[in-house]
Amino acid sequence: MKALAVEQAGPATTVQDLGRPGLARLGVGESGAVDRRSLRLANRLLGNAEDAAGLEVTLGGLAVRARGDLLVSVTGAVGPLSVDDRGAAGNSVVALPDATVLTVGAPAAGLRSYVAVRGGIDVPPVLGSRATDVMSGLGPPPVEQGAVLPVGPSPGDWPVVDLAAVPAPPDDEVELRVVTGPRDDWFTPAAVESLLQASYEVTSDSNRVGMRLQGPALDRAVDDELPSEGVVRGALQVPSGGQPVLFLADHPVTGGYPVIAVVVADDVDRVGQARPGQHLRFRRVQGKGFS
Amino acid sequence: MRLLPCGDAAVLAELDDLDAVLDLYGALLETPQPGVVDVVPAASTLLVRFDPSKTDVGTVARTLRSTRPRGGSSRPEHAPVEIPVRYDGDDLPDVARLTGLPEAEVVDLHTSVEWTVAFVGFAPGFGYLVGGDERLHVSRRDDPRTRVPTGSVGLAGPFSGVYPRDSPGGWQLIGRTDAVLWDLDRDPPALLVPGARVRFRDVG
Repeated sequence: MKALAVEQAGPATTVQDLGRPGLARLGVGESGAVDRRSLRLANRLLGNAEDAAGLEVTLGGLAVRARGDLLVSVTGAVGPLSVDDRGAAGNSVVALPDATVLTVGAPAAGLRSYVAVRGGIDVPPVLGSRATDVMSGLGPPPVEQGAVLPVGPSPGDWPVVDLAAVPAPPDDEVELRVVTGPRDDWFTPAAVESLLQASYEVTSDSNRVGMRLQGPALDRAVDDELPSEGVVRGALQVPSGGQPVLFLADHPVTGGYPVIAVVVADDVDRVGQARPGQHLRFRRVQGKGFS
Repeated sequence: MRLLPCGDAAVLAELDDLDAVLDLYGALLETPQPGVVDVVPAASTLLVRFDPSKTDVGTVARTLRSTRPRGGSSRPEHAPVEIPVRYDGDDLPDVARLTGLPEAEVVDLHTSVEWTVAFVGFAPGFGYLVGGDERLHVSRRDDPRTRVPTGSVGLAGPFSGVYPRDSPGGWQLIGRTDAVLWDLDRDPPALLVPGARVRFRDVG
């Protein structure tokens, strides 16, 4: 059977697909790739369904040996890639013949690389998804050295392009579009102004659940305790210290601190590539009307 | 109903109370809306997440405003879920002290009412139960535990709940159940779903 045998796992590698939407009412978050656009691209390059499972590799460090002749692609934050000792290109279709080793090094810019394999990683799904949710513990365990990840049957479609032109993730300031609310009225006008004018640094206290940001404190106008309410990926939640947390794929389903603004869905993919030390800037866009 | 923006792929509906939330939630579950991905009830809000490539916020908002909840009396009536509990939790003495009630009275109050699952969060299958006697309202522990064992029954604020699996937690633990709160081989895997009614039974 075709498989990827993990020889080095790297600091934080997990199996991810597009997650398990529709179960939040049972306390199950969506999870899935943090940078969904990059996982989709990696799958499309190989003729896979966009939601096939691949590997999300944070800061490189991965080495996997092919069992059987495989085709792979690496997207997102692309660092040095090689097949045995020959270099390989990111955002392209790469042949990984039987017994050869793909290594994925740490990227110079960006945080998360996506490794797709033609046929998809075929570990058993949990509630319809193969994503590892690091917060709830659902899905396969994080990828470890010695793991053998089965590869599914090849899809009927063949790759139609062998190279995609995509810009590398930015290594400087990242601008993100936000819709203010739902609880911007729990903050002082100065706090909302700060959020939209200042820049916020990504701290090292960041993972698949969310990124803790550091910048001007966001002061509350309302001191009440907010009853827990549903939160979304991209939400900027502000705990009592006034420093926002930007929720990513494995965020809690509900939260008890007010959300001052929400990053638009497309831009959450980009912020998932921001590294600790990078700065974020938030630009307000109008929420569409409710009329 | 007040509708609040929540990015470009969700709307947060603010309602008068939990009954209104559960009524609207029930109506939306009964008539699934195209493009709606997730409906998440909470204490006084309902979050509706949608796929912006399939619908838009205006359509979702119109749906929410025009949905006629059928009212609590016509909500599908299921028998209450019964949860057998051994009331020997480590925090039972503290809860007795905090409430000024004898331990037996705490157990009595916990078992004598019908609770309702307001919403599920914190962990898969962790239901926040409301409807308990006000005398049972106690604050969380000052020092949360790093590990609360599966099946622990706790109190926090106006809520009661049962830990579906080992996890960290700050609730006051009053007992323990063998009921399986979360089972991936069951559909749905959660024993407690929003709107479900719950009764605790003292099994000594």
